[in-house]
Amino acid sequence: MSIIQIKGLHKIYNPKKVPVHALNGIDLEITEGEFTAIVGPSGSGKSTLLNMIGGLDSPTEGTVIINGVDVSTLSPKKLIDFRLKNIGFVFQDYSLLPVLTARENVEFIMQLQGRKKEEFKKRAEELLREVGLGDRMDNRPSNLSGGQQQRVAVARALASKPKFILADEPTANLDSVSTSDLLEMMQVLNKEENMTFIFSTHDQRVIDKARRVVSIVDGKVAEDIQVEQEMAQ
Amino acid sequence: MKTIFILAWRNIWRNKRRTIITLSSIFFAVLLALFMRSMQLGSYGNMIKNSVESYSGYIQIHELGYWENKSINKLLEHSQSIQDSIENLPSVNYVIPRLETFALAATETLSKGVAVIGTDPEREDHMTKLSEKLVAGEFFEADKEGILISEGLGNYLRLGVNDTLILLGQGYHGTNAVGKYPIAGIIKLVNPQMNNNTVYMPLKTCQYYNGSPNKLTSMALVLDSYDAVKKTTARLKEDFGERYEIMDWEELQPELVQLIQSDNAGGVIMLGILYMVIAFGIFGTIMMMTMERLREFGVLISIGMQKLRLAGLVFIETLLIGILGLLVSFMAGVPLLLYMYEHPIPLTGSAAKGIEEMGFEPIIPFSLDISIFYTQGLAILVIVMLCLTYPYLRLWWLKPVESKK
Repeated sequence: MSIIQIKGLHKIYNPKKVPVHALNGIDLEITEGEFTAIVGPSGSGKSTLLNMIGGLDSPTEGTVIINGVDVSTLSPKKLIDFRLKNIGFVFQDYSLLPVLTARENVEFIMQLQGRKKEEFKKRAEELLREVGLGDRMDNRPSNLSGGQQQRVAVARALASKPKFILADEPTANLDSVSTSDLLEMMQVLNKEENMTFIFSTHDQRVIDKARRVVSIVDGKVAEDIQVEQEMAQ
Repeated sequence: MKTIFILAWRNIWRNKRRTIITLSSIFFAVLLALFMRSMQLGSYGNMIKNSVESYSGYIQIHELGYWENKSINKLLEHSQSIQDSIENLPSVNYVIPRLETFALAATETLSKGVAVIGTDPEREDHMTKLSEKLVAGEFFEADKEGILISEGLGNYLRLGVNDTLILLGQGYHGTNAVGKYPIAGIIKLVNPQMNNNTVYMPLKTCQYYNGSPNKLTSMALVLDSYDAVKKTTARLKEDFGERYEIMDWEELQPELVQLIQSDNAGGVIMLGILYMVIAFGIFGTIMMMTMERLREFGVLISIGMQKLRLAGLVFIETLLIGILGLLVSFMAGVPLLLYMYEHPIPLTGSAAKGIEEMGFEPIIPFSLDISIFYTQGLAILVIVMLCLTYPYLRLWWLKPVESKK
C-alpha cells in the first residue's frame, strides 16, 4: 500500500533573484514497510526532497501526498499536527532535548500528542528497551554515546506511532560499530513492526542495507533500484 | 503542563553562569530600587507627617469661603454636637477647634506682627506635641489667661516668662481687638518662621480677645493614619459639604504637594534609567537564549510541537527568571527595609540644619508601603514581558527547515 506519492515535484529557491533549482520534477512512490535510502552527491537535492516529504518545506510546484493528504494544502498549524501524528524524524545530530533524560525525551512527544500518563510511561520504557537502552533510560543525552543518543532519537520517532520515519543522514556522526548496531536495530523494526524507513545518506554502509535505493542527481531521480532482500541482508 | 514547567526550569539552568548573572542584575537593581523608593516615600511620609502634625492637621473644616481670603469675619460656630459627630467618624482621632488671627504684639518699646492661635491646649498638645517644645515656663491651660509665645518672638521683644504681652488687632466684624496677656511659657518651634512670630492662646481667651465668642476659624482633624485621608474627606464632604468648607492636607498645603511631586518625578526618572539598564540585561539574556536554541526550536516544531506551546515554554522560562530575581531581591530587601524603617538615618551638620529650617526632622526615614514592593515587581514583570517580544517574533517567523541550516 502506497503511503507517499510524489508527483512533478519542483523546488526553486530565490525564484525572483538568482533561481536555484533544487528539485526538477520528481515522481516517486513509497509503499508501506519500505527501507529506502535516498542517495546522491552534495547539492543533489536529497535533503530538499526529504524536507518536502516531511512537510518541513513547501514545493514550488507538484504535490506530496502522504496517506491520502496533500500536505501542501495544510495550514501551518495543521501541518505541525499532521507531522506529529504521521511522521517520525531522526536527525543527523540526534536533536534530543539536552535537559531531559532519555525516557523523558521519548515521553515528551507522546505528551505533545496528549496521550495518557500511564500509556506514555509504559510505551517509552518498551521502546527504550527495544532499542537496547533499558538500562540507560534515566540518563541525559550528555551521558550517552552518539550511537545511544541516536537510538533514543529512533525511539522518540517511533513513540508517536508514525506512518513512516524520515532519517536525515542518521549515521553521519556515528562510528562503524554504532552505525552497524543502529542499522540492525532499524532493520528489525522494519521487519517486525513493518515500519517504513526513508533515509537520506552518503554512507555506503546504510546504502548496502537498504532494500530500495533512490539516487538523486541535479534534482531528478537518476536511478531507482529495488535491491533483492537477500542481498540487502 | 508539568513537563513544560520541568523543561522550563531545567532550561534556565542550562547556562548557569548566564542565569546567575541575569539574576544578579535583577537582584541589585531591585534592591537599589527598593532602597531608593523606600527612602523617598519614607521622606515624603515624614514631610507630610511633620508638616501636618506640626500644625495643619490632615483635614480642616472652615466656614464656606474662609480659605480664599482667610477673613476673620468668616467664622464658623463652635458646635459641640458637630464636633462630637465628626469625632465619632471612623479614623478620626480628635478635632482641634481653633481661632486664628493676626495681631501686632507690642511691649513698651518694641512691636512685631504675629500669628495668634487660639486653641484647646490639651487637644493641640496631642497633635503638635507643643508641651515638648516648651523651653521656659509652663504649658498654657484652657481656663487660664496665660499664653505661650515662640522663642524667636520672645527674644525679639525681649520678653520672658511672667512678662506681659500686649496684642492689638482687628477683631470680628471690625471691632478693636486689644488685650494684655501674661506669658505662661516659651516654646521653641522647629519652623523658623513660626518660631519668630507665633502666639498660642487658650481658645476662650482668644475668642474673647477677638470679640467672637464661640466662633472658630477652623476645626483641624487628626486621623489614625494618612491612608484614611481620602475616605474621611469624602465622608465629611458628603455629610457637611454644603455647610462647611472641607479641605485635606493636599489642598491646605499645595506647596508641599508640589515639592513632593517634583522630587518624586526625579526619583521616577532615576528608577526609569535603572530599569532601562536591567531591561537591556534581561533582553540580552533572552536574545542569547533564543539565538542559541533556534535550531532546537526548529526541531521541536518539526517533530510536532505547536508554536503557541513553544511560546508558552519560552514565556514560563522568562517568567521564572523574573520571579526568581524578584524573590531573591525581596528576601534581601524586606529585612533591609525593616531594619532601615526601625533605624532611620540621622542627618548631622549643615544637612540637618537645612532640614530643620524647613521644619522637618533631621532624619532620613524609610517607608514599608506595600506599593514599593509591588511596583518593583510589576516593573520587572513588564520588562520581562516586553523582552519576550524578540523570541516571539523569531518563533512566529521560524521555519523548521531554515533552522536546520
